[in-house]
Amino acid sequence: MTDRITIAIDGRCVDTDAGENVLAVARRNGFDIPGLCYHPRLTPTAGCRLCLVKIEGRAGTTTACTLQAAAGMKLIAFDDELEADRRSLIELLLAEHNCDCLVCESAGACELQDLAYRYGLDRRARRYPSPVRELPEEDASSPVLVYDPSKCILCERCVKACDEIEGKGILSYAYRGLSAVVTAGSHGWATSDCDGCGECVQLCPTGAIREKHDTRPPRRWEMERVQTTCSYCGVGCQLDLWVHDGRIVNVTGSNAVPNFGSTCVKGRFGHTYIQKDDRLTQPLIRRGGELVPATWDEALDVVADRLKTIVAEHGADAIAGLSSATCTNEENYLFQKLMRACIGTNNVDHCARLCHASTVAGLAAAFGSGAMTNSIAEIEYADCILVTGSNTTETHPVIANLIKRAVRYGGAKLIVVDPRRIDLVKHASLWLRQRNGTDVAWINGMMNVILAEGLHDKAFIGERTEGFEDLRAIVEGFSAARAGEISGVPVEQLVEAARMYAMADKAAIVYAMGITQHTHGTDNVLSLANLAMLTGSIGKASSGVNPLRGQNNVQGACDLGALPNVCPGYQKVGDMAVQARFEEAWGRPLPPDVGLTVVEMMHAAADGKVKGMLIMGENPMISDPNLNHVEEALGALDFLVVQDIFLTETAQLADVVLPAASFAETNGTFTNTERRVLLVNKAVEPPGEARPDWRILCDLSTRMGYPMQYPNTAAIMDEIAGVSPIYGGIRHDRLAERGLQWPCPTDDHTGTVFLHEGRFSRGLGRFHVVEYTPSAELPDDEYPFVLSTGRILPHFHTGSMSRRSGALNAYVSEAYAEIHPADLERIGVAPGEKVRVVTRRGEIVTSALATERVEEGSIFIPFHFAEAAANRLTNDALDPKAKIPELKVAACRLEKVD
Amino acid sequence: MSRREVLVCSGTACRSAGAMEVHRRLSDLIVEYGLGDEAVLTETGCAGPCSQGPLLRVMPDDVLYTQVRPEDAEEIVRDHLMGGRVVCRLLWEGHESLSSIPFFSHQKKSVLANSGVIDPDRIEAYEANGGYEALRRVLTAMSPEAIIEAVEASGLRGRGGAGFPTGRKWRFTSDAPGEPKYVVCNADEGDPGAFMDRAILEGDPHAVIEGMTIAARAIGAERGFIYVRAEYPLAIQRLEAAVVQACDRGWLGRDIQGTGFGFQIDLRIGAGAFVCGEETALLASIEGRRGVPRSRPPFPAQSGLYGRPTLINNVETFANVRTIFRDGPEAYSAIGTESSKGTKVFALAGQIRNTGLVEVPIGTTLRQLVFDIGGGVLEGRELKAIQIGGPSGGCLPAELLDVPIDYESLGEHGAIMGSGGVIVLDDTACMVNVARYFLDFTASESCGKCVPCRVGIPTMRDILVRITEGEGTFEDLDRLEELAELVKSTSLCGLGQTAPNPVVSTLRYFKGEYVAHIEDRICPSGVCQALAPPYTIDPEACKACDQCAKVCPTDAARGTPGEPPYVIDEALCIRCGACFKACPFGAVARVVRR
Repeated sequence: MTDRITIAIDGRCVDTDAGENVLAVARRNGFDIPGLCYHPRLTPTAGCRLCLVKIEGRAGTTTACTLQAAAGMKLIAFDDELEADRRSLIELLLAEHNCDCLVCESAGACELQDLAYRYGLDRRARRYPSPVRELPEEDASSPVLVYDPSKCILCERCVKACDEIEGKGILSYAYRGLSAVVTAGSHGWATSDCDGCGECVQLCPTGAIREKHDTRPPRRWEMERVQTTCSYCGVGCQLDLWVHDGRIVNVTGSNAVPNFGSTCVKGRFGHTYIQKDDRLTQPLIRRGGELVPATWDEALDVVADRLKTIVAEHGADAIAGLSSATCTNEENYLFQKLMRACIGTNNVDHCARLCHASTVAGLAAAFGSGAMTNSIAEIEYADCILVTGSNTTETHPVIANLIKRAVRYGGAKLIVVDPRRIDLVKHASLWLRQRNGTDVAWINGMMNVILAEGLHDKAFIGERTEGFEDLRAIVEGFSAARAGEISGVPVEQLVEAARMYAMADKAAIVYAMGITQHTHGTDNVLSLANLAMLTGSIGKASSGVNPLRGQNNVQGACDLGALPNVCPGYQKVGDMAVQARFEEAWGRPLPPDVGLTVVEMMHAAADGKVKGMLIMGENPMISDPNLNHVEEALGALDFLVVQDIFLTETAQLADVVLPAASFAETNGTFTNTERRVLLVNKAVEPPGEARPDWRILCDLSTRMGYPMQYPNTAAIMDEIAGVSPIYGGIRHDRLAERGLQWPCPTDDHTGTVFLHEGRFSRGLGRFHVVEYTPSAELPDDEYPFVLSTGRILPHFHTGSMSRRSGALNAYVSEAYAEIHPADLERIGVAPGEKVRVVTRRGEIVTSALATERVEEGSIFIPFHFAEAAANRLTNDALDPKAKIPELKVAACRLEKVD
Repeated sequence: MSRREVLVCSGTACRSAGAMEVHRRLSDLIVEYGLGDEAVLTETGCAGPCSQGPLLRVMPDDVLYTQVRPEDAEEIVRDHLMGGRVVCRLLWEGHESLSSIPFFSHQKKSVLANSGVIDPDRIEAYEANGGYEALRRVLTAMSPEAIIEAVEASGLRGRGGAGFPTGRKWRFTSDAPGEPKYVVCNADEGDPGAFMDRAILEGDPHAVIEGMTIAARAIGAERGFIYVRAEYPLAIQRLEAAVVQACDRGWLGRDIQGTGFGFQIDLRIGAGAFVCGEETALLASIEGRRGVPRSRPPFPAQSGLYGRPTLINNVETFANVRTIFRDGPEAYSAIGTESSKGTKVFALAGQIRNTGLVEVPIGTTLRQLVFDIGGGVLEGRELKAIQIGGPSGGCLPAELLDVPIDYESLGEHGAIMGSGGVIVLDDTACMVNVARYFLDFTASESCGKCVPCRVGIPTMRDILVRITEGEGTFEDLDRLEELAELVKSTSLCGLGQTAPNPVVSTLRYFKGEYVAHIEDRICPSGVCQALAPPYTIDPEACKACDQCAKVCPTDAARGTPGEPPYVIDEALCIRCGACFKACPFGAVARVVRR
């Protein structure tokens, strides 16, 4: 607890916390002390000297930015002397600066310009000629930004931002004095490790570092700002879309929860897909084998007609629907309502099946709630963070920044458990390199050590859990040695990790696909839940079990019931009370049986049991496992309708294609991975005749005889609040400032930061006995390599958005496979050459990237690239409980391509 | 013959003048003449009068030979070493005994006691001269508190330039919470014209090691660093060897002389940045970061290397510590003035007869330093100014020769003692140009972090350049004063805070020269090319040999061969000086206006 104290500024008393930054305190209280190098997210630099103030009792002046408030401090912020010095310092800066304001892109948004204006430093008042001899060259080698040293004021914000906020340390200064410049890489920005996150651009006060544009952007004051939520991953970064003349001309980070201005390269520079010229603008109907333009009436009539016919002839369960983890909550709600109330089937699912279905199943069983237990911001204050199955710096970069800061500034211990040498390993205290698919083993091994050394939380186990004795029996028999044998992790490391995790005050588990995408994915999740409960590391701040959800609204899609076994709010299908409630709310009888999951739908389609499918904002032709089978399945359907923004690989197979609005062209909400419901705000109009998905769904449902009509999406959320207790208090007009984290049951509830405080959602937390089972398909003589798939930073999932963004393609534009150099040598393939990868399900030809990130005998293929789609190879064997496919383990063979 | 030792000064200056060739010749001759142990050659550190080098000192006779060349070696060996006869022509103005030489007799060697006397590469020589006795006594008989008290009682002030009371700094660091603590020696002597620390490091490296170890004991440190500039390769070599020897003899290491106290020293080499002499920038450099200063507080005593309490002192300061514990704090504080105790080493350079390294009690006047010891200015010249304190310092006019050299007195007159660099300037120096020279230096050494230093200093420099080119205005003088005030009061570190001093002091004492440049468009000392007065021919001395006309590029020098005098057309003269160099009769001269 810090003390509240009073300090005096220019004779006025001001309340503040002891130790607070005096410059921040002063500005907050209306003393607009000038400064150019200070930024609240960075350590103070004290280089610009503008914030020099006088302190009573101290000779001379002191920079306010390096002062900490102390009781009784008296300072003078403004007097003639200080103001004269400030004016002279700005005058010197202007002399050094390339004052090209007439044509500078940052005019109107430049802090130096603002100060020059404030101090009235017009040409007649400026006395000093420039001490700079030559105009330096710009560095425009980066795909996303330009560095202009002539406009650089050497405030060090960018250097510190890259280091202190992003933990990358790519920027530094070269040379000194007037010759000092910011530098990245030894031969220009493009030769550095810069990944384009743009934190430097975000924080640059002048036009020194600016976004790269294809065409000259409009003036700053000609742009309108629309804050919205990013369409890429589950962090839910708040973005500012800058609009001019009905077009989005720039994207920056919003200073808001959860990202406070930070983004990754995709959020900031990867949204040009919105305005790509191959956006779907008209409904398309397949006639004579070709997709031809049609009117909305025609298209919707065809869809309604065909679906109704299939229902009449084969029953409602002959229809299956894939909702969208990219679309809004409101749209997901309407989609599952259409499937259940209008069509009459529970065959509704979406791509969460492919990523966190095991999380939802596992955590619901263990805790009673399947969501991330704690909040993103809390991670920064954990004492120990166990990251497993998550290449966080590439998949959730803004969250990875928090992890890195926890280590660097909070002294947190980081344990990384991953078969690949991911970037986080650099920051880790411990790296456990387990074999693919052996997670239950090392987790049981850790628990064995914790029990053996008496490091478990007896009080917590006794008061807050059930099933411990059964767990103990199994775990005590699962020695660290046995765990080491199965997983390949040395016993000493397991012991060290166990102690590190168990003895930490606040220990958080962070995980993702490496845990979930297995035939025993649910077991993996249950094991993590066991581990957390064993040590009492849950139900309090900066701890818990934290699955990082992949897509921008996969959390919301689950929350809103786009799943075959639950209705909105995770209320179970088949439960009489639930059924009654929804039947009343929706005015229709509802199907009682649990429906098909994604992979099951494909099997059913191939078998002719499912005859028609509606797919909204999903691209199973790239994202599902065993693509050859998927292609066959979709081809076997009588009718396929796809709603999307581009003619994706899946849409190309459809009978009807409906053009949808992107997230920037509609309103609604997304729910990010920390259960935070965030607003999505419309910035521009959809192209051509494209329409928001929710309108399409309403239209379709109405045409099919179940009228759906809403004046706006806020009204849809109001309805959702009425039927889902966890969203009970969510209203659009409550979300503007920082969203709301569910559970938020009532209109006056302010949301829930972390779950299971005092009691678990299900009452007591439940330990589960989990035995180790090996992956479904392990290497053998014919297929001797382990194949794993996943994401990379510059691209996203099926690439429909990211591969249409020029900047992202500049970083990576082609498919590749990560292969160990020794393995490449053995098969006689040179780095960069083509290689054929074959599994029992299919084969692809791709480029070989030689790297020691993967172990010998293991390869990793990013799944974003349609022309060498990794999922042609993957195994659709399913976890029996969660029905998630084993995307992380398959057996493959590598062949030289002649 | 009796046994004699020849001390060969092997400091950097004498080496550059050929001392090692002399050494080699002597060595060969000693073998040739079969003198064996009767004649011992010892390489030493800097003996002092660098302008007289190469220097030899023959002991026990205490005879100093100056400007010795390899050809002189044989005479020295035969006449003096074997025959016992002094070689008079190599003496310094005939002085047979070193102690009678005014350069030496006015000094008080304390810090430099070993320099020029012992072989710095042999720890045995250091020990034989009483070395490490102070450390032994400190470790066995004094508590850390007693050590700090002794330093406080001595009145020692930091010799790096700031003059902060050393005992107080030790106490702050000792009191500061946190561990481990570090002792750092600032050997990044960067002032142009300063070579005091260099001489100590080259000539008596163990003095620094001993001083640092005593400091480590006082504050509770186990590790120390000496940050030495890369431009001192001989000093680095000597230090590396000295550290190894000290370890071998048990004066450094885990358990020093069995007392249980341990201290290790590592060297860190600079990379050519003056700013890394600033303590926080130096510490950043040791940490592997960009050598850039940071705000203080916190001071290194509280939060220094790796955020831990760090004692950082200058080379000469540590050498003084050795003296204090060798002679006792009372004896130490008996020398000097009321507020500034002990001796100070100065590097005399510039337009002075005796350039070199000297050590005097603080309080010695400038007159004593420049004239009694330095021998005054060169023949036919007049003393104009004494630049003291390097780029952070000021220029004092001849009228202030009787100012005692101590921290306070110099400060009152607009100069600083600085680290000890003293540059003597005579009437051939242009004070505006001197100011420009120092600003050129600080402008190029500015790290660039803070606005006033990065932009303000080059702006001031550009104004000075324009004045030296005849483009200056009186408004420029106002600008200079305003900028000087701004840069001094708003800069982040000492580099910027003191960079305007040369400008301020020359404006204070030599305003007339500025006015001449601006109003008359003349450089009175003839230095500033654009404003130098034209050359002129003395009609009495001219012999009409036509040499000047032959070399004059503009036909300004004209005449009829054989018919003196030749004349130089002022309007055409471009002041290149070719005629001056060409005239064999010294008839060409500059018009020097006062």
